[in-house]
Amino acid sequence: MAEYNVMEMMIVAASRELEDGSVVAVGTGAPCAAAMLAQKSRSPNLVILFEAGGIDPQLPEMPITVGDSRTIHRASMAGSMADIMEACARGAVDYTFLGGAQIDMYGNLNSTLIGADYEHPTVRLPGSGGANDFASLCWRMMVITLQNTQRFVEKLDFMTSPGWLEGGDSRERAGLPPGSGPYRIITNLAVMDFEPESKRMRVVSIHPGYGFAEVQDNCAFELLRAERIMDTPPPSKTELCILREQVDPYGLIINR
Amino acid sequence: MNIIDEGRGKLFADPDPDAARRFFRQKTRNLVSKEMPLRQAVETFVHEGGYLAIGGFGSNRTPIAACHEIVRQRVKGLAFAGHTSTHDFQVLCAGKVFNRLDVAYVVGLEARGLSSAGRRYLQSGEVEITEWTNHSMAIRLKAAAMGIPYIPCRSLMGTDTFRRSAAKLAECPFTGRRLVLLPALYPDVSIIHVHEADKYGNCRFKGISAADLELASASKRLIITTERLITNDEIRRDPYSTKIPFFLVDAVCEVPFGAYPGSMPGEYFSDEEHLMEWLAVEKDPQRFEEFLNAQIYGSADHAQYLARNGGLEKIRQLRARELLLSRD
Repeated sequence: MAEYNVMEMMIVAASRELEDGSVVAVGTGAPCAAAMLAQKSRSPNLVILFEAGGIDPQLPEMPITVGDSRTIHRASMAGSMADIMEACARGAVDYTFLGGAQIDMYGNLNSTLIGADYEHPTVRLPGSGGANDFASLCWRMMVITLQNTQRFVEKLDFMTSPGWLEGGDSRERAGLPPGSGPYRIITNLAVMDFEPESKRMRVVSIHPGYGFAEVQDNCAFELLRAERIMDTPPPSKTELCILREQVDPYGLIINR
Repeated sequence: MNIIDEGRGKLFADPDPDAARRFFRQKTRNLVSKEMPLRQAVETFVHEGGYLAIGGFGSNRTPIAACHEIVRQRVKGLAFAGHTSTHDFQVLCAGKVFNRLDVAYVVGLEARGLSSAGRRYLQSGEVEITEWTNHSMAIRLKAAAMGIPYIPCRSLMGTDTFRRSAAKLAECPFTGRRLVLLPALYPDVSIIHVHEADKYGNCRFKGISAADLELASASKRLIITTERLITNDEIRRDPYSTKIPFFLVDAVCEVPFGAYPGSMPGEYFSDEEHLMEWLAVEKDPQRFEEFLNAQIYGSADHAQYLARNGGLEKIRQLRARELLLSRD
């Protein structure tokens, strides 16, 4: 078995979710690496969109921001934010990847602030950016994140972006597009989905070297278990080779 | 229309389309020269208490020279559109130029990290904040550009972002579905950086447009900073390339490398070293004050700022990086 690190495991696991011919809206960092890896391996017809207007680029290297010219390198179009967001609103974007300082059991995300008092936060964070829009409008939202009890919390300090809200059918009742919502949470320990009725986070596969206890210990809320929890297949030699040599040759993401 | 709920955030700009129509009626739409120094443009159009918006996206094609000039002139009391505002936000925060803020994305410099001075300013309680998203801010500008008072969207629902916005939740009169209504945003003054413009304000730029076309139309006053002035004859030779027409524009300022230390598509990449220096020096308020005194208050203009940070040799390196010359 090839040697790999935690970031490589997460990126590879995420890339496997992006089937050929689908459309994904990404930001910089691990999500971008996952999309590039997918495009250079199993999903050559994956269409990559960047929030600020980059449409279908052939990325020469990792972009530093979601608006720099790497995001339109050999692209089909240098468009606008409206081009991307309106495509999401029309139902033309299958996947997105988001992150946050906190996530709860329904996949709701906080990227706005830490602290109990909105007027006087302990830590002010950037806010939604395009995250609330992507989480509201893309069909399937995914998260790639390191897992610990500070991040996987019982209650968010602020709900920036919608997951399944309070679970059950609350997301659709709130008015968000039917059929959209959180899909996979990919951590350094496991891959989670959401139980179809309660919409609570559920462990579906665990990465090599870990057990359920470790996954639960690094999460402040109770995780559900899939009927049969799989072993996440480790990154293959081919996946690692493409990731290291073509996607991130300078190790900006994978060696962070 | 049945209003189901509303955010409790404050609205910092009047969405009334008829007030805007009265303004646009008296604004000159003639083909007259608007060329002027950046200092004069900021003096003339950026006023205490007004609502300011900045074009570009994050550190890309952002009018940083103009942000410096606003800080240098010690303008205060603005309201500001923080729609993916990264290094521009950092600069404007350094001068504490605004005390009311529409937030979509602020404080962060994307993957580079968070601005500690920006964070301190927002945590100080000196700034009133209303929350939005990138898409909702962009289409608030679109509504203004369309001359309508609001625009519906399907983001924000069910979240604290909605609760802290100034949007309303309504029932759609056609489908019965829930919709979020966003108030039109007419900034008092906006600044957009472009590659080429003539003295009348006809503009060309390359790369993504982010929300700049909506912003240009929505703004009551529009300052253009341009890498290069070109002739009106050149504009008319190739009208397909014009992105912003002259009649939206109030000032045209030639500012070479005006997006530095941010990037300009096809011209120069961002100066990552200098941006990291900003992030590092901000951590210590005392050192940051000295840094600002030297870098911004101590520079008469953008040319001096650039000279202080590597000058044309730095630009040559950033151009090589932007164009991926090492891979050719």
